[in-house]
Amino acid sequence: MKAYLTKRYWLSASHRLHSEKLTEEQNRATYGKCNNPYGHGHNYAVEVTVGGQIDPASGMICDLGELDCVVAREVLERFDHQNLNCLPEFREAVPTSENLCKTIYQILQPRFRAAHLEKVRLEETSMNSFEYSGGEEGNR
Amino acid sequence: MIYLTRKCEFSASHYYHSPELSAEENLRLYGKCANLNGHGHNYTLEVTVRGEVDPTNGFVIDLKDLKEIMNREVVETLDHRHLNKEIAEFARRNPTTENIAVYIWRRLEPELKVAKLHRVRVYENHDLFVDFLGEA
Repeated sequence: MKAYLTKRYWLSASHRLHSEKLTEEQNRATYGKCNNPYGHGHNYAVEVTVGGQIDPASGMICDLGELDCVVAREVLERFDHQNLNCLPEFREAVPTSENLCKTIYQILQPRFRAAHLEKVRLEETSMNSFEYSGGEEGNR
Repeated sequence: MIYLTRKCEFSASHYYHSPELSAEENLRLYGKCANLNGHGHNYTLEVTVRGEVDPTNGFVIDLKDLKEIMNREVVETLDHRHLNKEIAEFARRNPTTENIAVYIWRRLEPELKVAKLHRVRVYENHDLFVDFLGEA
């Protein structure tokens, strides 16, 4: 039987939304307060959803300890308490939550074998959230 | 097609144990959940049903009926129970969040006639939940 398990993690990071492809004026018009020169921060909630068959012996679709380890090592240690603009992942891309969500999915996706990474959902604040499930259009 | 979701809560205790594994292997696989004295959670259940809106009453399902089914089939059965020791389904099967979601699906699915059961979502806590959509 197939089920989907979602676990929620937290990371705090700062960023500034600024595109080299836009003028100063266009950046201000596009990003508003998010373009302020010294950046600002968020407590991001990262929801990781994995899907797979329920193992009849353990009753689980994946080892929760392993899931926690992978997310801690690959995502939290990389992004928590960092300035996203200073990281190699965002040397080319603006660290919007769209791009952070997609980056987290791409980092995690190859790490799962038994269970399949279905979706990454990122809450920038309680008012806005972003989902990515791979592919150009997304699957779900 | 429209989807309606109703929540309820139940509190229960459980532990995880696989008899074919040694004590050390159980501890490695299940961590703190392997403590045979058990521990507990406040579970939140979200039941989503789907169907067409009835042109007479404007409902996809009468919420009173859904509430009554959820109370009878889930809350009265699982609330303030030790899942391993008091629920026959979990005598030999670990009451993981995955298995609890499947168990709840099996109890609710035959009771829902007007609207079809679409999804069972069980939160073990704020940061962990399982979805079961009846998939094989």
